[in-house]
Amino acid sequence: MAAETPRFTEARINRDLLGPLFKTSAIYYVTTGFLLLVAMVVFVAWGLQLKYGIGMAGKNRPSYWGLYITTFVFWIGISHAGTLISAILRVVQAEWRRPITRCAEAITTFALVTGSLFPLIHLGRAWLFYWMIPFPNSRHLWPNFQSPLMWDFIAINTYLTGSVTYLYLPMIPDMAVARDKSTGWRQPMYRTLALGWRGTEREWVRLEKAISIMALVIIPVAVSVHTIVSWDFAMTVMPMWHSTIFGPYFVVGAIFSGIAALLIAMVMIRKYFKLEHYLQPVHFDNLAKMLLTMSLLWFYFTFTEYLVTWYGNEPAEMTVFWSKISGRYAPMFWLMVICNFIIPFPVLAIKKLRTIPLIFMASCGILVGMWLERFLIIVPTLVHPYLPYNYGHYWPSYTEMAIAGGTLGFFVLMYFLFAKFSPMISIWEYEEGLQVASKHRGELPDPTFVGQIAPGDVHPGH
Amino acid sequence: MPSWGMTVDTDRCTGCEACVVACHAENNLPTVGPEQAAMGRTHQWIRVERYWEGEFPNIKAKFMPVMCQQCDAAPCEPVCPVNATYHTPDGLNAQVYNRCVGTRFCANNCPYTVRFFTWFTPSWDSPMNEQLNPDVSIRTSGIMEKCTFCVQRIRRAQDTAKDEKRAVKDGEIKPACAQACPAKVIVFGDLSDEDSEVSKLSRSNRGRRLLEELGTRPRVVYLSGGGA
Repeated sequence: MAAETPRFTEARINRDLLGPLFKTSAIYYVTTGFLLLVAMVVFVAWGLQLKYGIGMAGKNRPSYWGLYITTFVFWIGISHAGTLISAILRVVQAEWRRPITRCAEAITTFALVTGSLFPLIHLGRAWLFYWMIPFPNSRHLWPNFQSPLMWDFIAINTYLTGSVTYLYLPMIPDMAVARDKSTGWRQPMYRTLALGWRGTEREWVRLEKAISIMALVIIPVAVSVHTIVSWDFAMTVMPMWHSTIFGPYFVVGAIFSGIAALLIAMVMIRKYFKLEHYLQPVHFDNLAKMLLTMSLLWFYFTFTEYLVTWYGNEPAEMTVFWSKISGRYAPMFWLMVICNFIIPFPVLAIKKLRTIPLIFMASCGILVGMWLERFLIIVPTLVHPYLPYNYGHYWPSYTEMAIAGGTLGFFVLMYFLFAKFSPMISIWEYEEGLQVASKHRGELPDPTFVGQIAPGDVHPGH
Repeated sequence: MPSWGMTVDTDRCTGCEACVVACHAENNLPTVGPEQAAMGRTHQWIRVERYWEGEFPNIKAKFMPVMCQQCDAAPCEPVCPVNATYHTPDGLNAQVYNRCVGTRFCANNCPYTVRFFTWFTPSWDSPMNEQLNPDVSIRTSGIMEKCTFCVQRIRRAQDTAKDEKRAVKDGEIKPACAQACPAKVIVFGDLSDEDSEVSKLSRSNRGRRLLEELGTRPRVVYLSGGGA
């Protein structure tokens, strides 16, 4: 990197970051086509399930929930990547956040869209989902606000609204740049989205204020969302669900998987859009340290949860406990421990191993591990109810697998399309960062946003 | 206001499952075929659980008919997002089929695993379709159902009594399971009437409630062991 320290001019930044919006390669079309097919699978399978009945999913008595709820919790967890990480970094004014906030916030929005499909997909009568909306009606029917599912419904909708706003606000100046540089059919689209942005002093002041308010507001919302998701389980009386630490345990797991997803996305964006100078090793290194913290926290919570259960030795709980530790679910359980702790801990803790390819691999493992964690929370409890006569088994059907797996394609597709529509690195925030960096070095602020990029600049700290 | 309750004498139960058959006939329970049954998708609002006591050769089979316990503090009720399950004033844990959207949360929070889900639109092979009970609605695909204490029989008896300007007599209402039981295992009645048979039996020192340590306050009392 020291060999070439490119000069970052406004023109170059615009070319690098706006480039993908206007030039589309053949590979992009092929990949998008493939992703579209995968996403189609979700909707075809769901259509069949709606036609024939929810029995198309492999659920049964006593395992009334399965792959759908597992994948739901997984995606809602992923959604904590963005908004939360980016909001925290903004609030503490970590300078190195600048090139990663946009990709993080986009993950949040699309993971939420993907995740919130599942409560609908899993309903026995999905077409009646609107009965959960409190709307006045002639029969005075009202949703039951005592139900954690209602809290879920409200929390997820709040989070979705908040994170779309939080994604969109910093996009406004970039939309204006795109409007000014684009031609043809794109121009009216960007003109609409730029909301008449002219870049006056007053507009900037207001935008910055709005972003800082949203950053503060979205943090408690994000924490509440996964806490409430955990309460879908913790509020019940079922063995190993009825746990007081589920709220923070789920939030930690969510941020853990969120950072892993963000790292994976960043590696892909960096490679695909050739943004090596923007997404530098220091960004991966800093995020990897956060990931390490979350891995340790995850291990701490898991250890506490299982140790306390084991020590308490309550028969119904122990049945579930042993099914995970040494029973039918043991291979999944130990794979989870390997993926979430045994591999990431050394990779992320030892400086020499903390390289981008290894971080990428560890992150992929963490996603697998965190998906397994959710499965292992849901299914072993359900198949071991209190009365042993009702012990059951659960194996997902093809419909479930197609839908749950297909949503990965659905998510990546939305992310892919978004990358064609908005710069994946916030242009104005990046330029602002270069200014801050110049100031930090004692240079005069450069009105044309010219800066030298050097490893030390990206995270000068205040 | 009556307060419905039931006693189940497990010492008398022979495990013949006549109650299960009667329940199917009375409440229009669909049969799902061997494949679906193997997946755990049968509808058995009442089931006979069999447990072994002791070791071979001194082994004894114990039968325990289990139906919805109509808990007074039912864990299934607060978790329904659309209020499809609720408590009636006379102590029944009611399920409103029309209102159910099928989240299955109630079933997950039932410690007795006595809630049943309709996975596919039910069908009855001829001539079974001719014997459906007109007093009980057919449940469509995607909703939850469970034992109602044969609420249709309760309401019919109450209506008849009202027409005849009298109170419902003890023993007048018999759920299908109690009616079909050859060993008189199941007794149903009004717990608020201190002289009713079910009241007396439920106060006996042979009684215990299933998983009552969970605080669900079930309305079914199981009788076993000891003298009356």
